Amino acid sequence: MEPIPMIKDKRSFVSTRNACKLCSPLGASVALKGIEGCVPVIHGSQGCATYIRRYMISHYKEPVDIASSNFSEETTIFGGVQNLKIALKNVINQYRPQAIGIATTCLSETIGEDVNLLLHQIKSELHEASWPALFSVSTPSYQGTHMDGFHATVFEVLKHFTLKMDKLDKINLFPGFVSPADIRHLKEICSDFGLDATVLPDYSTALDNPVWNHYHRIPQGGTPLNEVKTCGGAYASLELGAFCEVRQGGKSDGETVSPAMWLEKEHDVQRFASILPIGVNSCDAFFDKLQKLSGKALPEKYEDERGRLLDAYADGHKYVFGKKAVVYGEEDFVLGLCSFLDEIGIQVVVAASGANTGKLQQKIKEHCPVHADTIKVMSDADFEVINEISHDLKPDIIIGNSKGYYIARNLDIPMVRVGFPIHDRLGGQRILHLGYRGTQNLFDTIANALIDYKQSHSPIGYKYM
Amino acid sequence: MVKKKDITNGLPDPSELMEEIIAKYPPKIAKKRKKALVANNPDEGPEIQANVRTIPGIITQRGCTYAGCKGVVLGPTRDIINLVHGPIGCSFYAWLTRRNQTKPAEGEDNFMTYAFSTDMQDENIVFGGEAKLKDAIREAYAIFQPKAIGIFSTCPVGLIGDDVHSVARDMKAELGINIFGFSCEGYRGVSQSAGHHIANNGVFTHVVGNNDRPREGKFQVNLLGEYNIGGDAFELERLFEEAGITLLSTFSGNSTIKSMEYSHTADLNMVMCHRSINYIAEMMEEKYGIPWIKVNFIGAESTAKSLKKCAEYFDDDELTAKVDAIIARETTKVEAIKAKVKPKTEGKLAMMFVGGSRAHHYQDLFRELGVTTVSAGYEFAHRDDYEGRHVIPNIKIDADTRNIEDLTVTKDEELYRGDLAEKKKALLEKGYRFSDYDGMMPEMNKNALVVDDVNHWETEKLIEFYKPDVFCAGIKEKYVVQKYGVPLKQLHSYDYGGPYAGFEGAINFYVEMERMLGTDIWKLVDAPWKHEPEIVGSFAINE
Repeated sequence: MEPIPMIKDKRSFVSTRNACKLCSPLGASVALKGIEGCVPVIHGSQGCATYIRRYMISHYKEPVDIASSNFSEETTIFGGVQNLKIALKNVINQYRPQAIGIATTCLSETIGEDVNLLLHQIKSELHEASWPALFSVSTPSYQGTHMDGFHATVFEVLKHFTLKMDKLDKINLFPGFVSPADIRHLKEICSDFGLDATVLPDYSTALDNPVWNHYHRIPQGGTPLNEVKTCGGAYASLELGAFCEVRQGGKSDGETVSPAMWLEKEHDVQRFASILPIGVNSCDAFFDKLQKLSGKALPEKYEDERGRLLDAYADGHKYVFGKKAVVYGEEDFVLGLCSFLDEIGIQVVVAASGANTGKLQQKIKEHCPVHADTIKVMSDADFEVINEISHDLKPDIIIGNSKGYYIARNLDIPMVRVGFPIHDRLGGQRILHLGYRGTQNLFDTIANALIDYKQSHSPIGYKYM
Repeated sequence: MVKKKDITNGLPDPSELMEEIIAKYPPKIAKKRKKALVANNPDEGPEIQANVRTIPGIITQRGCTYAGCKGVVLGPTRDIINLVHGPIGCSFYAWLTRRNQTKPAEGEDNFMTYAFSTDMQDENIVFGGEAKLKDAIREAYAIFQPKAIGIFSTCPVGLIGDDVHSVARDMKAELGINIFGFSCEGYRGVSQSAGHHIANNGVFTHVVGNNDRPREGKFQVNLLGEYNIGGDAFELERLFEEAGITLLSTFSGNSTIKSMEYSHTADLNMVMCHRSINYIAEMMEEKYGIPWIKVNFIGAESTAKSLKKCAEYFDDDELTAKVDAIIARETTKVEAIKAKVKPKTEGKLAMMFVGGSRAHHYQDLFRELGVTTVSAGYEFAHRDDYEGRHVIPNIKIDADTRNIEDLTVTKDEELYRGDLAEKKKALLEKGYRFSDYDGMMPEMNKNALVVDDVNHWETEKLIEFYKPDVFCAGIKEKYVVQKYGVPLKQLHSYDYGGPYAGFEGAINFYVEMERMLGTDIWKLVDAPWKHEPEIVGSFAINE
């Protein structure tokens, strides 16, 4: 069979060597872990749930229960309704969940399963005393990346639960795929502004638990469903990230809409958007929006944090200025980091993502005024492409998740781990990236990584650096 | 601290625990799970249910067919380009996840650090992915010039009708290198075990026997089912080399495709992980007459025993003397460490739920430390791994098993080693055991609870009942178990340590257990104020 002429690969390589993206059901699973009392079920082969659990657990270092409908050969032929029925029954029986979120896979999507239809059928056949809330999200892994699965899940949760209602004194905050520490910090910030915010999703506890006195089959925490119901009554939504749009109708060229855009259209909730607040400029814009939303001035605590951060910028300038960096990961993470690095004088030579929304270049231009013209933006990139170009561009530092470690090792340059997955260091779930405080953390880490490199490669054992 | 079970008079009867576990299940599931939980009785050899489908909605340790084929068996092959045909996740998730090590010589290919994928998109699902697969193969060849390319099918591939085998044939003709496909779609079998079988069939058909290299050593062996996790294979290679045993090929830790191609010129196959590789051992014996023996290099005593068994097979004075000298020397080193560690570990209790042979092999290591295994089970093994190979004729063949092809292998008239068949016959008469594996249960204590495909609920109850000092499983279970205040040792990835095989490996494991079983960290979990009686009523009011 000859290549079909109408399909033209946009990229110079046919195959992906060392992907810089994960699959859609993984993103869905992370988001589902941020709904209170929710157990995710992956509708497909049991390997999907196992691999995704394995990946999430090695990053978060927490129990992550994700059930599966365990497709067999027979299921792929006759459909998955029987398996899904048994899976739901068992999940209900074991966990007594408030909700079950069902994410599809390439397998169930390829055989054309309509999970919502199946759920109707199952509910009418099975007489459970009380059903938890059931909802599904379409996450075929041959479309987009884990971020598409993440945002699609947030969107489905909203669509499923949100009610039409009168305006309430609350806001919605969509943090995007950030760390549990980031979500905790965002909640703290909202609380300090006196804002009643529904953070969706909120896995700040469920994916970063303390030790327990007794075992919780479903970890505590998460966005309460009652709060999701009232998201339509909020007077505003604050959406972090510029790449939160979800494609509609399953078509790659179809209309796209983000959760906050949908709320604005359907429920008249005013949408405010900001890129991930990393760096003084982005944080200022973010805190400015919070001041507008709350009608309150910036609390002194954050004023201080901002001041200390600027003080550190000045102190550390000589270590970071003019350094060249390679940054990769999810588009929103890359954008947030680039805007921060741009303002501290680090020149990003490569900004790469495995995702391919076609907007990264333009967004980076918008948010990186200093180096906009020299940043090589790469979409639909894999680690080998990043590796090859890094050898030519000779960066001083690499910033991204653990998967790019080998590039840093090959080049013998320092690496700062951020984002997901981090499974060669402790505390990936506790890395704070956002706000003045998160930026401070990143700034110190990056400056110290550069200093450490200089010190350990110096023939003289300087104690002052 | 929790009060330990007294096991001085044998393990407690677990019947009550089993009943409690089963009671929670709905009738249909109870009926199924009941057969997967067995109170061991080594004298009677009870039957256990294994290799049956996990019940949907019950969280399992098991992975998929693809994981067994690509991840386990072919994963450690360094100079075969393992190209995953499917959407991106499957290849990403199997990217060096198992920590297999390899040691290529300067300038030799090593593709293990890559995760290759055709990264199927919408249009490939709709219009078919064969064209993209072919282009990806051409591209891989153009960039890397590999000796061989393996293609691994993920779930949607079979459904959309992509024929990876015909693509492999076409591309083999076009590029002139060895290219072969595996129909290892994730849904195909009960667990990764199906993938092992598919991988065995593929490697045997397309690789083994491609090179009839003249012999280079006096004693030529293959090591089957050793995947070089944490450097295990390196430790074993060291021992074989010193003894003068030529290790032709390992399936598949630290292997090259070339070594697999001439592996059929061996005099003996030694099988480590019976579950994942016994198929190739059987097929090599049928076709080439190479006998196989079961070995275990986990544990110092087991290592010594396995080395001796190998020497006995060759029955050569010089070899025997060398092996004895190695064992004597290494045992001295091992004993010195054991003497230091054992007083701290003796009397402790362990449980292990892992793999298709590890849950058995590691019991030997724990026994050396005076640790009793109170409960164990496999993730994806079959009845023969529990009860011994004698049950194979009685294993019920279900649809899932029928699904995986059993290759029909015939004797290779030219290469068949009649001399080895004769040797086997003579040794059998002397009581030497070939093609035999007794399984886990005959070696476990009476009343030890054996559980196949253990799940969360059962884990919870097991911990509550036995209060083990260490629980062995994998990363997915690690933090669940540790939330109960019990340390978990990963026996898939070795908690990023190892090697644990051979003598050096045993020493590493002893030291690791000294740390794990000796730590006071778990005492901190229970803060003292939680135990102090509440001060309610301590204010005496004088009337």
